[in-house]
Amino acid sequence: MVGKTKTIKVDYLARVEGEGAFKVVVRDGVVESAELAIFEPPRFFEAFMRGRDFSEAPDITARICGICPVAYQMSSVHAMEDALGVTVDGPLRDLRRLIYCGEWIESHTLHVYMLHAPDFLGYAGAIDMARDHAEVVRKGLALKKAGNDIVNLVGGREIHPINVKVGGFYRTPTRRELEPLAETLKTARDLALETVKLVAGFDFPDRERDYVNVSLSHPGEYPFNEGRIVSNGGLDIAVADYDKHFREIHVERSTALQAEMLGVGSYLVGPISRYNLNFDRLSPLAQEAAREAGLGPVCNNPFRSIIVRSVEILYACDEALRIIADYRQPDRPAVEIRPRAGIGYAATEAPRGLLYHRYRLEEDGSIAEAQIVPPTSQNQPSIEEDLRSYVGGWLDLDDEALQHRCEQTVRNYDPCISCSTHFLKLERIDETSR
Amino acid sequence: MTTGTLIVGIGNPDRGDDGVGRLVARRLKAMVAPEVRVVEHDGEAASLLACLEGVRTAFLIDACVSGGAPGAVRRLNLDEDGGALPDLQFGLSTHGFGLAEAIALGQALGNLPPRTVVFAIEAGGFETGAALTPAVADAIETVAGMVADEVMQDA
Repeated sequence: MVGKTKTIKVDYLARVEGEGAFKVVVRDGVVESAELAIFEPPRFFEAFMRGRDFSEAPDITARICGICPVAYQMSSVHAMEDALGVTVDGPLRDLRRLIYCGEWIESHTLHVYMLHAPDFLGYAGAIDMARDHAEVVRKGLALKKAGNDIVNLVGGREIHPINVKVGGFYRTPTRRELEPLAETLKTARDLALETVKLVAGFDFPDRERDYVNVSLSHPGEYPFNEGRIVSNGGLDIAVADYDKHFREIHVERSTALQAEMLGVGSYLVGPISRYNLNFDRLSPLAQEAAREAGLGPVCNNPFRSIIVRSVEILYACDEALRIIADYRQPDRPAVEIRPRAGIGYAATEAPRGLLYHRYRLEEDGSIAEAQIVPPTSQNQPSIEEDLRSYVGGWLDLDDEALQHRCEQTVRNYDPCISCSTHFLKLERIDETSR
Repeated sequence: MTTGTLIVGIGNPDRGDDGVGRLVARRLKAMVAPEVRVVEHDGEAASLLACLEGVRTAFLIDACVSGGAPGAVRRLNLDEDGGALPDLQFGLSTHGFGLAEAIALGQALGNLPPRTVVFAIEAGGFETGAALTPAVADAIETVAGMVADEVMQDA
């Protein structure tokens, strides 16, 4: 019997960070396959870290991404400090949270306004949207700029900050330098509140799955830099045990490794997982805004991730203001570090989710081995599963609408393809040896 | 605060000819009066727009791909040319959201500087870590001279 086949194929995904494609094959009304292809060339970061000094890791890994360099800097400094037996606390720890707030505000706002909102408002992109909704886009840009301002001040420049080092910072800001930032952030917090209200009014496809949520969890705070890795399925492990519970796998269609939880399969990292596992540690203002936006303490509809992201922007503004209000400039910008041999592990919460780093150091502090697992790699199987399970219910849509809905399904994840293709997979076949 | 004139050299210096805009900016720092602001930028649209806020005259220099000979220079005055950019692709903007998008977005929002002039230098290649194509390297001095002359006339 010859079946009726429909293939939805997008060769070049728009409004995602980097280059990717997807293909969904439907036969007789049943989704046969859904594949996300990532074809950016691999970038070999883990390989060229080998032999470099531990102190170079934050600046080298920051180059993996122009959107979330702070995340790479944070995971690398924490992993190095773990290997070198150093703890960074007090105002230096707070400054790390502050710069992370800046990155979340920048990255999330870019996605909410420029990449994702056009899907809901029916535009091909942000520029078309700006023609009809100039005021909305203007506010989005002002909100994003508040995030840039934090990274600029604490990190030394907006993109690929240069002020972060293992043990702390090269220079810490004075209280006085942070004052104007607080004024900017108060306005930004109002804009973030408006953002939550705006996106809560969008129409959302009614789709849910039982996701395995994975994120950091810290008893006293919404997670950025530290915590245990937990899941809604009862996982609760130290970051050092990541490799015992998760593994990376290579699939032919993708230059990015995928990840799976052993015995579980696909899992979800990012805003929705953080939110579901840490709702009670959001600031009261963020919790209230989430409730008013119609979100319960658990959200399983990935299309609503735009609301969750907006709630996180609001939280980041709130948290940044709290940090600035309590800040006292420390006596020293960094704690002293002595190289030694060791293995260090760290995971921090990049805007797109858990970012795991592991390093093995030689006695002189040079890097013998590096492993980096970015959030988009971990989310790839989940993106494919969303397509597989949701597309079947949309087959009454015309081809154009169906394709758009699939693209939107991928964009729910704010995938950062450039980040996910950093890995090394070199196979050498020696044909002369026989 | 209105800063008058701003020169922005755009690109990624680690991607071959993509960095030419920034090299022109570096050259211009030695050529224009010290009160004229000259900045280097990676081209990310939202941050580029923010950088143009309050500026009266902006000179934007970037690599482009339009099928022409490497090193060829195009000057586009957004007011005189009807405000629309011709169909040319600018250098490796951050994740596909770069100069052309910044200009289109600025136009849609009505917040581009009153006078915006773009200098587009045709690129030969964007290989990671590659040196500039000789013809593109030769264009640095030419474009820097063109911009410096215009800055003087504009003052």
